[in-house]
Amino acid sequence: MTLFAFVLLFTATVLAYLLNLRAARALRAGGARLHSLGGFHGGFAALVTLLPALVFLLAWLLLKEPAITVLLLRTLPEAEIAGLGTGERQLIISEIRTIAGGRIFGSPAEWKIEAADRLLAMRRTADYLMIALTALLAGGSMVIARRRVTPDFRARQGTEGILHGLMAFCATVAIFVTLGIVASLLFETIRFFQMVPVTDFLFGTNWEPQIPIREDQIAAEGAFGWIPVFLGTLVITVVALFIAVPVGLMSAVYLHEFASRRFRAAAKPVLEILAGVPTVVYGFFAILVVAPALRALGDMLAIPIAPNTALAAGGVMGIMLIPFISSFADDALGAVPRSLRDGALALGATPAETMTRVLFPAAIPGIVGGVLLAVSRAIGETMIVVMAAGLMAKMTLNPLDSVTTVTVQIVTLLIGDTAFDNPKTLAAFALGMMLFIVTLLINILALRIVRRYREIYD
Amino acid sequence: MSDTPHTAPRGRIDWADPALSERLRLRKRRQFWLKALGLGAVGVAALMLFVLIASLVVTGYQAFRQTHATIEVNIDPFQVDPANIRGGNFDDIIETAILAYFPDVEAPGEQREIVRILSDGAEFQLRDRVLDNPELIGERVSITVPLSDPYDLLNKGLIDRTTPEENRRLKDDQIARFDTLAEAGIISQPLNTALITNADSRFPELAGLKGALVGSFYALATCFLLAFPVGIGAAIYLEEFAPKNRLSDLIEININNLAAVPSVVFGLLALAVFIGWFGLPRSAPFVGGMTLALMTLPTIIIATRAALKAVPGSIREAALGVGASRQQVVFQHVLPLAMPGILTGTIIGLAQALGETAPLLLIGMNAFITSAPETPFDSATALPTQIFIWADSPERGFVSRTSAAILVLLTFLVTMNALAIFLRSRFERRW
Repeated sequence: MTLFAFVLLFTATVLAYLLNLRAARALRAGGARLHSLGGFHGGFAALVTLLPALVFLLAWLLLKEPAITVLLLRTLPEAEIAGLGTGERQLIISEIRTIAGGRIFGSPAEWKIEAADRLLAMRRTADYLMIALTALLAGGSMVIARRRVTPDFRARQGTEGILHGLMAFCATVAIFVTLGIVASLLFETIRFFQMVPVTDFLFGTNWEPQIPIREDQIAAEGAFGWIPVFLGTLVITVVALFIAVPVGLMSAVYLHEFASRRFRAAAKPVLEILAGVPTVVYGFFAILVVAPALRALGDMLAIPIAPNTALAAGGVMGIMLIPFISSFADDALGAVPRSLRDGALALGATPAETMTRVLFPAAIPGIVGGVLLAVSRAIGETMIVVMAAGLMAKMTLNPLDSVTTVTVQIVTLLIGDTAFDNPKTLAAFALGMMLFIVTLLINILALRIVRRYREIYD
Repeated sequence: MSDTPHTAPRGRIDWADPALSERLRLRKRRQFWLKALGLGAVGVAALMLFVLIASLVVTGYQAFRQTHATIEVNIDPFQVDPANIRGGNFDDIIETAILAYFPDVEAPGEQREIVRILSDGAEFQLRDRVLDNPELIGERVSITVPLSDPYDLLNKGLIDRTTPEENRRLKDDQIARFDTLAEAGIISQPLNTALITNADSRFPELAGLKGALVGSFYALATCFLLAFPVGIGAAIYLEEFAPKNRLSDLIEININNLAAVPSVVFGLLALAVFIGWFGLPRSAPFVGGMTLALMTLPTIIIATRAALKAVPGSIREAALGVGASRQQVVFQHVLPLAMPGILTGTIIGLAQALGETAPLLLIGMNAFITSAPETPFDSATALPTQIFIWADSPERGFVSRTSAAILVLLTFLVTMNALAIFLRSRFERRW
């Protein structure tokens, strides 16, 4: 049905284009002098026909199921759903939906089967209504557009105005996305803080996101202090930087100053491939190769290394960040004016001295910006740590130990079926909010450093 | 500055001075070490890439073949009713066929062990074949079915026969039974087509990537259909038409920041907005595609703007000069010239989206689903989430399958990037 509605709409659009094009050409053939070319008349008609109906259709599709659900809930027998929580109501609705889908498990109550029939009927009505309204809307705008075809009609301005508005809308989508992120995080975070005090979350040193399954359970109260989780994130980030910064910087220095053109051409793709490998692959690499190797090393040296040590996740994350840091450092070195370097060489400095005493110090702001961006990536990186880091939050700074990170907790709290009404799922949004704020601040700082530094030399 | 001239050479330099040559030697040695360090760093990066790829190939190549057994089965009309083929007793037929190779075995426990050599999927394979050709009922046909995971590993040499029996997954008598079959000449190791043609399964020997491939295709198609037009529209507006005001600046800053937001946050957004507020279906590739589109949008906008910027102003001026409107200039002249650059950026953005995992996990695309999705609104997995599921599975057979799935994913990524590079070198103009 949905497909049919779209086909109908696009046929109407093409029809409107052809209709107005022919009408405009007929006018010109009749000797009238048109303000706009025939194509603009056609384009105007097509846009006028397409846009309102398309907006209507998309809105309808988005709102159809929630609206039907609300209507369905109203028709349910009051006695059966009185006093039920949102989660239980959702369960009933999804059971009715499965029955409506033709998959009946066991013998559901009579009123549920009736509700399923009503649901199917509502869906059918909604579909017919959608087709009818789409046809009406598209047909109506087609007629309106057709009546506008006159020699004086400024179809070019009309078409271009609509297109201009469309493009401006596209540009604001980015703002809507940001607003959506902030709104969704904020909304769920506020709900979380209604259940768990803000201070417990911000300053608590205990992270045990359990929820009581029964009302009378006392043992599993749950503790939501994010400090150990954040500490774990920092440990892994530091380990990653310990690998990525020296290797990334040194390779950038070598490739920028000392490598022959052919070596550069061979080495660049290596870094680009490292940068293009998906993080889930790095995660598998960490558990397949790096963690067992580290454990064997620990056994050899008689150092106790946890099975999912922060070293494995951090080390692999470091490998992932090498190309990132290297390319930023390369850009920063390249942005240093040639005159500085020529001056140093002319004074008799060796290329190495030029690098360490002139180019590198001059490029430091750009490099710092790049490293900061790498930090924000390491904090936000998810798959490597989900696969290779631990689940238990500990107050430790020992990289040999197993630690957990903000992103690991977000994913483990939200994987599986989730209802939005308990602190466990909402805690993930609070963590997400913190993650968003921290990375945003680091990014803004980094971009500001990089930009200011560019301005000095430009 | 009066005390420095003491150390500075005055007049002629004494080139023979040993102190001078010593200093020079030291400086040259420092240069040597810096170069060595730099070369070492590049070497470390290359080594890591090599180890990464090599470990995947070494563990993964085995999964492209699967051990099969070819057995003769008697499709007895008493066991398979032509009117109700689905209800047929296919496991009995398979059991009889495989037990025929062990005429001396009578104990039911041992017989059960023997049947377990074959994969649980054998009976369904036979059933599907009979469903397709009902005239086979009453015939004797030979059918090639996969072996179950431990025996597959044994045949590939991944279970070491020399390890002590108590540490081995297969005991001596189990290995002896397998050897009987091998001596009968019915064991083969053909290409593992199930890896592409099957959907996910709990049994490694039956698990395949079809569901994940279809799911990833739907998600990427959705992502492209949404992000490409919107991205180009936004880029054209910002680059060609936007007035220089605070709103435009705000949008620019926004796009740059959006490109650096952690991917898991986009997953939270999708979970709260698309699934929580709008009630869209969980695990659906369509929702995954929408999420990926939001993440790809900044990449496409930035690439498109760079491509538009690269088109020289003279083209615009010439078109304006002959009376084109500003939009005609953009859509008929600038945009076609910028298209190769835009497509290159888009393909690279889509390649990134193909490998993205975290947001898809949050919207539930890591479900266990044993059939490929038929529409973008059905539950499905995607390639990277399938890799994540398999990497988490305890069965040993999934280790090599995970590597194989990664190799498939990397092949797609390399192909897409190669296409992007080809487009850039073939169609991009230097002005």
